[in-house]
Amino acid sequence: MAMSRHVTGWLQAVPLTVVLGCFLIAPIIMIVVVSFWGATEFSIYPAFQFDNYSYLFGSAVVWKVFFATFKYAFITWAFTLAIGFTVAYFLAFHVRTQSMQIALFLLCTIPFWTSNIIRMISWIPFLGRNGIANSTLISWGVIDEPLEWLLYSDFSVILAFVHLYTLFMVVPIFNTMMRIDRSLIEAAVDNGATAMQTLRHVILPLTKPGIMIGTIFVVTLVMGDFITVRFMSGSQKANVGRLISNDISLLQYPSAAATSVVLLITVLIVIGILLRFVNIRKEL
Amino acid sequence: MRSGQDLELVHLSKRYGDTTAVDNINHVFLNGSYVCLLGPSGCGKSSTLRMIAGHESVSDGSIVLDGHDISHLSPAQRGTAMMFQNYALFPHLSVRDNVAFSLHMKGVDKPTRHKAADEMLELVDMTHLADRLPDQLSGGQQQRVALARALVTKPRVLLLDEPLSALDPFLRIRMRAELKRLQRELGITFIHVTHGQDEALALADEIVVMNNAVIEQAGPARDVWMAPRTEFVARFMGGHNVISFEGHKIALRADEVRMADTGLPATVTAVEYQGAHVSLTAITPAGEEIVALVPEAAFFAAPKETGEAVSFVWDEGRVHRLQA
Repeated sequence: MAMSRHVTGWLQAVPLTVVLGCFLIAPIIMIVVVSFWGATEFSIYPAFQFDNYSYLFGSAVVWKVFFATFKYAFITWAFTLAIGFTVAYFLAFHVRTQSMQIALFLLCTIPFWTSNIIRMISWIPFLGRNGIANSTLISWGVIDEPLEWLLYSDFSVILAFVHLYTLFMVVPIFNTMMRIDRSLIEAAVDNGATAMQTLRHVILPLTKPGIMIGTIFVVTLVMGDFITVRFMSGSQKANVGRLISNDISLLQYPSAAATSVVLLITVLIVIGILLRFVNIRKEL
Repeated sequence: MRSGQDLELVHLSKRYGDTTAVDNINHVFLNGSYVCLLGPSGCGKSSTLRMIAGHESVSDGSIVLDGHDISHLSPAQRGTAMMFQNYALFPHLSVRDNVAFSLHMKGVDKPTRHKAADEMLELVDMTHLADRLPDQLSGGQQQRVALARALVTKPRVLLLDEPLSALDPFLRIRMRAELKRLQRELGITFIHVTHGQDEALALADEIVVMNNAVIEQAGPARDVWMAPRTEFVARFMGGHNVISFEGHKIALRADEVRMADTGLPATVTAVEYQGAHVSLTAITPAGEEIVALVPEAAFFAAPKETGEAVSFVWDEGRVHRLQA
């Protein structure tokens, strides 16, 4: 009996182990292995050498690109957090009926029924030199010359990121907020807290887990992205994802693999720091 | 004794759309008394409490404390404090910070507010757990913290919304003794909402029985129990039989009903041994149910089984005529 229970337990763990092994562990091991290989213009050959890594860490361009990636991630995070928190707060605490909450929540997700490439590209006619934004501003007399920085700039890249990823912030924050006991808000009011104080001292601390989950979503998505940066910057800006995609298009797989490994480790460190941050706060 | 510091409800009403939760009630809560608002769920007792606390707007009428109309003040300005049914402790704050919360909101500096919080924790005997988080406390301990948090604002009136309902029966009896002690010590008004008549009888200087959005009867605990005004009160307070007698309804205490050889005939429908008493439920020929609490010794001297015929007698002086 005990034996068979033992066997059942292992059997139950097998499917997930196989799936994770085949589709997560094995590919990562493969990438790590390939990252030590060598390459010429025409071929790649198995080896164990650190050329790819020494090139990566030795190149000023790579450092700049990593810095740009962090910059995109940080600025996008700040905006998605501000917008996402506000939207979630409104949905959770100011919309009274549940049916209205669900309706508004679905409204938020409607843009996601289209491909994110489409959503990205649709900014281009809006932001372009003779686009809707510029022509409207000129017709209102706000500006005389079209604004050049609207499209193919850091501005447009971050705008697209914020547009694409804010919902990833809204959903977990909304979810956490909905689980806050409403009597806590009343208790805060009973204890003389103003609306701002309630937000600062009760809602914000209790929403932290949701904020952290949203942060992890947004940071990993932005740091791994390459297509948004390519389209919205008109190929004028770079992030680590574009570095990798360029290497791949040139068939430089070992170099791409090494960059991926460094990016993966960087993202894991960022997440590690974030989780530690939350845990410490929980302890306090 | 009435004084200028009483809490008074004047023609107070609460309506939600078409439904009336509280219908034009008037009552004076004497300063320094322990009052229980008693009634079944949906009778309006919680709405009344929440209006006094300021968590529910007043549809009509006013709430007067110390001679001032407080009906439109914010909860914190009223001189009332509320203890919530599930305690509503802030899960991310330590016990001490929970208690100090209102002082923190007022901008009191940390050492001062922690000192005040520690004094309150001392009062409820929770000093040793001041650094714990609420999750790490038992139900009874959480309740003490909630009490301390409500009392730290030095309220004139403490409002308790079913404070004992989340506790197990044993702890409930201990905590209610503690509530009473605290109220005596502090000398402030406690208004305690409950649906348990035993809780109300044990605690209250005054019981206010509510039903269908109005006050059915209010008075000292003993008066309400001894002389229920209406059939509803008699039934809700328990321990009473309500039967028709000479054309009107009377209330008759179950422990005043005795078994005898002659008297009101009835057929036993249930026998329940309760320790000191045996509860004998029987049905009269008129189809009315009558419960007799027979002392254990008297019952077993002449035991009855379900289906047997019995006769009940009682002293005429013990019959209480109901007004409605």
